[in-house]
Amino acid sequence: MEALFSVLVGALFAVSIYLFLSKHIIRVLMGVAILGNAVNLLIFTNGRLLREVPPVIAADEYTLQQAAANPLPQALILTAIVISFSFFAFLLVLGYRAFQELETDDTDEMRVAEPADEEAPPLGY
Amino acid sequence: MAATSSHSVDLSQAMNVDPTPLADWLVVMPVVWCLLAGAILLMLRKRTELQASIGIVALVGLCLLDAALLWRVLEEGPFTMVMGRWLPPFGIAFTVDLLGAFFTMTSGLVALAAGIFGRDDVDSTGRRYGFYPFLLLLMAGVSGAFLTGDVFNLYVWFEVLLISSFGLLVLGSEREQIDGATKYAFLNLVGTTLFLVATGYLYGLFGTLNMADILIKAPELRQTAPLMTLVCLYLLAFAMKAAAFPVNFWLPASYHTPKLVVSGLFGGLLTKIGIYALLRVLVMLFPIERAELGWVIAVLAAGTMLLGVLGALAQNDTRRAVGFLVISGIGMMLAGIALGSPSGLAGAILYAAHSMVVMTAIYFAAGIGGRVSGSFLLSRSGGIYPSHLVLAFATLALFLSMAGLPPFSGLWPKVMLVKAALDVGEWWLAGAILVTGFLTTITVGRIWALAYWKPRAADAEPLDPASQKVPMTSVIGLGMLTVLTVVFGLWPEPLIAISQDAARGLIDTSSFVLSVFPGEVPQ
Amino acid sequence: MRTVIFRTVAPYLTSLMVLFSIFVLLRGHNEPGGGFIGGLIAASAFAIYGIACGVAPVRRAIYFHPMAISAFGLFMSSIAGMISLPLSVPFMTGNWMQLSFFGVDIDLSSVLIFDIGVYFVVVGAITSIALALEERDRD
Repeated sequence: MEALFSVLVGALFAVSIYLFLSKHIIRVLMGVAILGNAVNLLIFTNGRLLREVPPVIAADEYTLQQAAANPLPQALILTAIVISFSFFAFLLVLGYRAFQELETDDTDEMRVAEPADEEAPPLGY
Repeated sequence: MAATSSHSVDLSQAMNVDPTPLADWLVVMPVVWCLLAGAILLMLRKRTELQASIGIVALVGLCLLDAALLWRVLEEGPFTMVMGRWLPPFGIAFTVDLLGAFFTMTSGLVALAAGIFGRDDVDSTGRRYGFYPFLLLLMAGVSGAFLTGDVFNLYVWFEVLLISSFGLLVLGSEREQIDGATKYAFLNLVGTTLFLVATGYLYGLFGTLNMADILIKAPELRQTAPLMTLVCLYLLAFAMKAAAFPVNFWLPASYHTPKLVVSGLFGGLLTKIGIYALLRVLVMLFPIERAELGWVIAVLAAGTMLLGVLGALAQNDTRRAVGFLVISGIGMMLAGIALGSPSGLAGAILYAAHSMVVMTAIYFAAGIGGRVSGSFLLSRSGGIYPSHLVLAFATLALFLSMAGLPPFSGLWPKVMLVKAALDVGEWWLAGAILVTGFLTTITVGRIWALAYWKPRAADAEPLDPASQKVPMTSVIGLGMLTVLTVVFGLWPEPLIAISQDAARGLIDTSSFVLSVFPGEVPQ
Repeated sequence: MRTVIFRTVAPYLTSLMVLFSIFVLLRGHNEPGGGFIGGLIAASAFAIYGIACGVAPVRRAIYFHPMAISAFGLFMSSIAGMISLPLSVPFMTGNWMQLSFFGVDIDLSSVLIFDIGVYFVVVGAITSIALALEERDRD
């Protein structure tokens, strides 16, 4: 099972890196979304895949009565999901704003901060 | 339902049942204080006239808390608080040692200077967009990163400071800022995601994320686990955060676009977080793998410092030149990490503290200079010296401090680094540090000569008289940091002693482990 | 998207979803649910209202600026952690008290306050982003 998941994680990473290499912001954004999922799946696989019950204590008990799945990777993934989700949402707004302001989503043409036709520095005093 | 002690459950197996002394709260207070103050300021975002005063008071409070924390660590050594009464390693631990306390203190002072400087540098639109709230949330992230004792929690604080830095970066939403922010945001996202990937593997290998627990388990796991892969991933991720060569290109693309006070804060603090994480994870948690990778880090260090300073030498825009100087400084700290000896690490730690203060101050000075001379471009500015004598000399002092010339603070860490490199026979690294120092002197000399000393061209556009007056708060903000660098330079012994102790704490981790697991046999 | 059907249904749908979000929030006390997921449901409710009726009515309806809501949540969550300070337990410890309310026992805890804080943070932050994306022109 772990092997299968590893291949899946690898495939997701490959897809996201491919998208990251594009010069269009929108494709990079999709890459961000897939990258987040790839990492979450990676943490999940790293926490070992077991066929166990969820670690929820029954209503009439005070401790876990049997072996349960490890809740920590799930907590880590939940945190990572929250963060990658808010990141994605922010980047979406930023990319949209960049498209409105700079009228392009091609990163090669985004040269406002580093103009290509900048003045040459002075050569002498 | 809550499992109260009346049931047949022994709480002391999982929970800390002793009452927590008030002094232990010092380790979380800088973070909580910043979060509370940031939240209050964000709620009051419409009241722009109140923002600056509340913000500055909150930052003074932060500095006092940081000072108390540093004092306690100096007196008693590292201490720990585990969230939610759980026993370590189950709960998230905040562990502060001398390195963390020292960096928290320095970053607090820098943030205070930025808060004062920002009062007039950030107009009321910028304040409504939330300069002070984001500054405080950024400081929550920075302090949290310095104080946490848990690797995943370190990642969370990285994200907190990253998200607040986005807010600061787009303050005002100008075209240039959005362009810079886009590149900054995407490339930093890749960096933190790599950090997360590495942390996922770390958890898979160790089954724990508590730093002290990792220190205990590492010697046994080192026989079987692929720790080297893990450490390489961490190196890449943190080098990206620290803007080390060859993953540094996001920094010069973005750091000159926001308001100058924000650039100063970023140049001073954010890259140092990457260095701090390298010190914490590579040097403290995985010293053997770091030693194996020593030559790689040394090559990266030499590349970073030389490329940074050569980039700075070629710039026409002062702000971008300063951005490249930030990168060059990162190379110096990496050199200390590459050496890994106590004196090398002490040099890196002291350089980081020096660099936090001086890089922020140089951005402030460049900002004021650009405003009074009407342009940030070297080809158009000039003539600051006759009209603003004090500013010109303060800038010169900062520039010389950056270059590592006496009597300013840049001298001592460089001396320590060069000596540490020569001690272990790495003469080429010492040479690279000295050549970089020489090139830095030329770079800052060129900027100072062209922008400050050279008279203004006769045919230049007339300056706006309103821009000639430098606000009092800018003078205080810049003056505070300049005085710090001069005092560091003239009276370095206490700081050298602190950084040497901090470096020893990274190498001999027994007091760190004992503060988390009292009674554990140190490895 | 501004069809008559959608515009008529949207206010009811939104109020139902906000109600459900509060249910999910309080359910998180002991069962699956909680502040984050509840906050997301509420934020999507506001997003739907925004799609149907435009951004300005949403801003009027929630009265406070979304960022201020999120800041209030952050404040509340931090305070929930600080309750531990006078009780001599570490930061973020869950502290419980039992209230008897018309003969019904209610367990109240600092965890609940924290969770409500998280709810507000998520509602504020996600609504703010959703509204920024729904706005055609910049503000």
